[in-house]
Amino acid sequence: MAEFLMPSLGADMSTGTLVAWHKKPGDPVTKGDVIAEVDTDKAVIEIEAFTTGVFEKVLVQTGTKVPVGTPLALIREESQPAAAPPKPETPSPSPAAGPSKRRGPTPAAQAAPVQATPEAGRLRISPSARQLAADLGVDPATVQGTGPEGAVTRRDIEQAATAKAKGQGRGAREVIGKPAVEPIAQGPSPGASAAEAGDRQVRMRQAIAAAMVRSKREIPHYYLSTTIDMSPALTWMQETNAKRPVSDRLLYGVLLIKAVALALREVPELNARWAEGQAVPSKDIHVGVAISLRQGGLVAPALHNTDDHSLEELMRMFRDLVKRARAGSLRGSELADPTITVTSLGEQGIETVFGVIYPPQVALVGFGKVVERPWVVEGKLMPRPVITATLSADHRVSDGHRGGLFLGAVERLLQEPGQL
Amino acid sequence: MTPEPAADDLKGTVLRILGGIAPEADLGTLRPDVSFRDQLDIDSMDFLNFVIALHEELKVDIPESDYPKLSSLNGCVAYLNAARGARSSIGSSPGSKPGQPGR
Repeated sequence: MAEFLMPSLGADMSTGTLVAWHKKPGDPVTKGDVIAEVDTDKAVIEIEAFTTGVFEKVLVQTGTKVPVGTPLALIREESQPAAAPPKPETPSPSPAAGPSKRRGPTPAAQAAPVQATPEAGRLRISPSARQLAADLGVDPATVQGTGPEGAVTRRDIEQAATAKAKGQGRGAREVIGKPAVEPIAQGPSPGASAAEAGDRQVRMRQAIAAAMVRSKREIPHYYLSTTIDMSPALTWMQETNAKRPVSDRLLYGVLLIKAVALALREVPELNARWAEGQAVPSKDIHVGVAISLRQGGLVAPALHNTDDHSLEELMRMFRDLVKRARAGSLRGSELADPTITVTSLGEQGIETVFGVIYPPQVALVGFGKVVERPWVVEGKLMPRPVITATLSADHRVSDGHRGGLFLGAVERLLQEPGQL
Repeated sequence: MTPEPAADDLKGTVLRILGGIAPEADLGTLRPDVSFRDQLDIDSMDFLNFVIALHEELKVDIPESDYPKLSSLNGCVAYLNAARGARSSIGSSPGSKPGQPGR
């Protein structure tokens, strides 16, 4: 039996609220099906099944807030026989319901420490550990204490942060600590009130803050910059766009994204995640694109398998992603899967952006505004549209030499846009 | 044949499409002679979606080279009016390509 867990949709997520189930016990489930909606601090996200089988049992009812890694439901995988006659679905817990009611009887669930949720203010934790938890974006109430009388220690917090990093993605299996269930009256809806929207703004800012503090605390960044002649790319794009219907036209941002993806094939150590003290290379290239949200804040969902798609396909995917990001209908895999992030502040007139790496990724690529600058071509000075490309990279994983090769590859690829 | 929208209708259409793209914007205070980008938080993707919506709704073909003419509300209305005129003069014969307004 597979446990469907509350996924970690980024370093800035420690809990999520189950908003809706799209399946009920007995329904067939295909890998990739949207089976639930989860409200994170950033948005309501559609969560896909990671396996194919039959939706067996609901473990967490809608409206319930649980930590990342908490089993939400059981899915009987295709190869497994039905384990037992189906039981009546667990009734919705009242706010007073104990957390143990929602735990599935699986070995993994039993192995996870479960204890009564302490009342607020009675958590045994030192000021130092509490500060560390705040810095690392860990809710101490979700951590199992191993100190005297169950006190939460600094080591417990560090292990919880590591487990959270390990638990990125749909395959997450680690349960950080006890469930610490916090039922709420009702999940937010698309028509949330101004007050709710304001609350989400506060929570999003807090989530971003936690991720960025963690990044700057843990990741030894190094920064590189180069200026790229965009004349070939822009000329090619204008020519190809002149032949296209308006709905198929490209934006130059898509050329930049594709060039980054192809350059990662040449310098694959930048396409990785940091976990358990080492870099874990990713065989797939999923470029996360930073998208600012109209109400403030940002998300950086993935364009899956970026390097395998044509520019036309990427443009369609990019348009769809921006539309859904701003409408609040992203999918869990899109937030959990990025292996690198690309950001651009060119629209705001910024020429150079040195970004902060989004953990557990190990690199971030920035692009600025396309500007006309004097440029020497074959010994002659002439105006050219140029863009500043930057790399922020994790020095634990790569060195400036390899980072330089990467930016060099991006530049070379953009000189032959027809090959992208 | 569908009647061509009047200038006021064009303005209303442009504002409605803009409202869909930037729902947080107070379009009542939009200055018609100032660039959208200087007044609204719209980026290249938003502008492309704006042009696509104009194309789909008004059946006007807008080449990329004409995008600067659509930068303000007044510019949009003038451009779309011209496109309407161009289309009515060249676009009615069978087999003709969509009008190339503004050229």
